[in-house]
Amino acid sequence: METKKAIISVNNLVKKYDDFVAVQGLSFEVYENEIFGLLGPNGAGKTTTLEIIETLRDKTSGEIIVDGFSVDKQAHSIKQIIGVQLQAAGYYPNLNLVELIELFAGLYGANIKPMEILEKVNLQDKAKAKYKALSGGQKQRFSIATTLINQPKIIFLDEPTTGLDPQARRNLWDLITEIRDAGTTVVITTHYMDEAEQLCDRVAFVERGQIIALDTPDNLIDKLVSSGFERKKEVKKANLEDVFINLTGQEWRE
Amino acid sequence: MKKYNNIKATLALAKASFRSIMRSPSAVVFTLAFPLIFILVFGFLGGGGTHIDVGVTPGSDVNNPVMGMLEKTGMIRLIKDKSKADFDKLLEKGNVDAMIDVHRKVNSAAYSVNVVYTSASRDKGGILKSVLNNVFYDKTLKPTVAEIKESTITGREYKTIDFILPGQLGFSLLSTGVFGTAFVFLSLRQTLVIKRFFATPVRRSSIVIGEGIARIGFALIGALFIILIGHFFFGFTLVHGAATVVNMLILATMGIIVFMGFGFIISGIAKNESMVPPISNIVTLPQFLLSGTFFSIEAFPSWLQPISRALPLTYLNDAMRKVAFEGMGLWDVKFQIMILLLWGIGIYAVAVKVFKWE
Repeated sequence: METKKAIISVNNLVKKYDDFVAVQGLSFEVYENEIFGLLGPNGAGKTTTLEIIETLRDKTSGEIIVDGFSVDKQAHSIKQIIGVQLQAAGYYPNLNLVELIELFAGLYGANIKPMEILEKVNLQDKAKAKYKALSGGQKQRFSIATTLINQPKIIFLDEPTTGLDPQARRNLWDLITEIRDAGTTVVITTHYMDEAEQLCDRVAFVERGQIIALDTPDNLIDKLVSSGFERKKEVKKANLEDVFINLTGQEWRE
Repeated sequence: MKKYNNIKATLALAKASFRSIMRSPSAVVFTLAFPLIFILVFGFLGGGGTHIDVGVTPGSDVNNPVMGMLEKTGMIRLIKDKSKADFDKLLEKGNVDAMIDVHRKVNSAAYSVNVVYTSASRDKGGILKSVLNNVFYDKTLKPTVAEIKESTITGREYKTIDFILPGQLGFSLLSTGVFGTAFVFLSLRQTLVIKRFFATPVRRSSIVIGEGIARIGFALIGALFIILIGHFFFGFTLVHGAATVVNMLILATMGIIVFMGFGFIISGIAKNESMVPPISNIVTLPQFLLSGTFFSIEAFPSWLQPISRALPLTYLNDAMRKVAFEGMGLWDVKFQIMILLLWGIGIYAVAVKVFKWE
């Protein structure tokens, strides 16, 4: 991993609101072409950190470089090489998916075929549907589709699987892995540790605006085990989610 | 890296917004259905509760029984204290329905009544004629009135639609500008659509301009539709034909831009969507009632008229009527345009302060 090149470097990032410090001295690097997970409880500062890197929020102090561009002076250049999926963002009302993709193509100045983008996230059958009419999993897949329009180097996904059923969640993992395999760096936040364990190449734990651990999921687990940690209950070879998937089938029904 | 194209982004937004507006039932109802319903109602109603404005020719005898009888009918308003030239103009436009001149006949106790009607107000002239005939045959009056001389001058026919349509057009522009803009920007802000836009390289000005192009385009299509329906189905007067329509659309553009400013302000101060209608109504209702949309503001009590004369819609309506019916050019209504411009400057100065992006 040490030989990998950093595409995002965050150095001593601080964000203060009036009387509240959301982020206090965060430093980390995201390597090119990895899935990087930001984990932590609600209010730990994950979203704030993401939005500062995405140039949507001002920082109080610190330095952030995204693919050689500084967030302070080259925000416009950064916006052109990133794709952003916001937590709970809506889309322009009364438009169908193709029209929304066309709108974003205009906003990014990209020449793309809307149907090709929709095929990437398996929504070609919903081309004429309104965003509001989609299921939870479809909405998230569409949000991810909008992040791919400008063929970005990095995409940011803020809790993309929250509220999805197990099938839709697994389906989204496959999609995110495909995107990584196609050469895009992925930064993701999540509350689900099983998801982070399966999906992320490296994870950072954020707590009260600080990073308290950063490594590959394997290394973090090994470290804990070697410190003498033991689960109270012997782990079985399968868990309840495996039962659920086994009973209800792999394919997603939406 | 490819050079980023702001115009392309602005047009993409305009296109998206226009599609969205066309599919929004409330926009279509406010811009087209409401004004057309009012035009329909007033077009067929033809102005119930008639008042007949009768000018008293300067130099006429005023203390005579004829005038007394006319005033007693409650239907006839006598207008005095205007010059002959003023009256001639009013008569030609049909703002005054007829002129009356009463003189005591030389060497006689009887009066001679001279009435001038105008073809610009034929139906009201007809009513006056029958009133006068009644008066003439009234027993108590008969001995004192010797003769009624009548004549008609020709003026342009001024129909109810000529008054109602520009008012409805103005109101359509006001409501689409205020409600539409306020709702769209508030909801785009609240559903984080604007935030998502900010994650793309688009400029803020492109978002506002794109949205503006779509709304102006939609409002102008609505205006054209109203004008054409008015013209072909209700005989709305367009003095110089297509040129008048173009002038009206230019005025409409100015109006909608000013009114959108109210919308920007409301989207900034409203905390949620349910606050938009009440605040918007505070802006639109007084103008709806007081800006000469349905009634000429001259019909209002004099204490109310200064308020009417402070409202921007008053000037838009006024300019529209002058352009459409009197055939004036835009330069002739420069005063009205200037007032609109002043409103525009004031409103946008406030909008820049209170508008919120997130």
